Amino acid sequence: MPAESHAAAAIHAHQFEDAEQQRDAVTLGMWAFLLTEVLFFGGLFTAYTIYRWSFPAAFALSSHHLDVLLGGVNTVILIGSSLTMALAVHAAQVGGRGVVGYLLLTMLLGSAFLGIKAVEYDHKFAERLIPGASFLMRDESRPAHLDPAGDAVVAAGIASADPGVEADLQHHAQIFFSLYFAMTGMHALHMVVGLGLLAWLVLAARRGRFSPAYSTPVEIVGLYWHFVDIVWIFLFPLLYLIDRHA
Amino acid sequence: MSQHVVSPKIYFAVFASLMLLTALTVWAAFQDLGPFNLAVALGIATLKATLVVLYFMHVRYNPKLIWLVIGLAVAWFGVFLVVTLSDYLSRGWIPFPGK
Repeated sequence: MPAESHAAAAIHAHQFEDAEQQRDAVTLGMWAFLLTEVLFFGGLFTAYTIYRWSFPAAFALSSHHLDVLLGGVNTVILIGSSLTMALAVHAAQVGGRGVVGYLLLTMLLGSAFLGIKAVEYDHKFAERLIPGASFLMRDESRPAHLDPAGDAVVAAGIASADPGVEADLQHHAQIFFSLYFAMTGMHALHMVVGLGLLAWLVLAARRGRFSPAYSTPVEIVGLYWHFVDIVWIFLFPLLYLIDRHA
Repeated sequence: MSQHVVSPKIYFAVFASLMLLTALTVWAAFQDLGPFNLAVALGIATLKATLVVLYFMHVRYNPKLIWLVIGLAVAWFGVFLVVTLSDYLSRGWIPFPGK
């Protein structure tokens, strides 16, 4: 790597006319990737739609077993990490010295999110809310407007092996928690990838790779991080906040 | 496109709006809005996502080509959802609303 690679001069690969064309191409490429990510999560959201449509009461009752406080705190933490990510992009674009600091702060907030998520998963294990043979959702009381008898008995081709409202409810609640773990798990996996990308940016920034003439990698990782934030913005109300009034 | 540097003031204003909307969506979930609870929750989430896309992701300052890709993402997800639901509904695999 030549010594001038961190100089103020624009850096672009040889297939591009200039740095601006390179930035346009890279930005477009990242958005094309995010389009495929929309469809990837779209499959999970479509499955969620089908089953919530079928079992509205079971989904609401299951949702009440999630911790609104922890979910809400995590929402604040994640949006806060998007703010620090945006500030890191700004610092990189203007050549400020805060790039490494803001990137590290973003990693700290992202790690805090994953830590709280781990605590929540642990609670679900303790409360027997992991889909499988040991699953048992226990409710002290059920709000009158959430009557599982009104849920579809047969939906999406799935019939309960042991008919009866209570057995059906346990069956349908496991579908909710399967979706909960699949959706939050895939989201968390994306965050782990994001933390790896941020660590790579920190190392590059410390070596002085970024300047106002070349801040594209920071901007592109920023796009990824904000996308993961958006996924959570939809997951939070759809999983944690179903018919909380009772 | 020439690079557009967004002021940190805008970032902080967007962050404050997102915090307010988060508080609003939690509050709304505890109100009995009948069938509108879901619509309100999705409306607020969509508004928050739009703010993130326009300002944190700089799309407001991006060329039309980027807007086209985002439009395609939304449209393809719409096709995904609508075609899947029409299949499930027409097979009677999920209950038809109001029936």
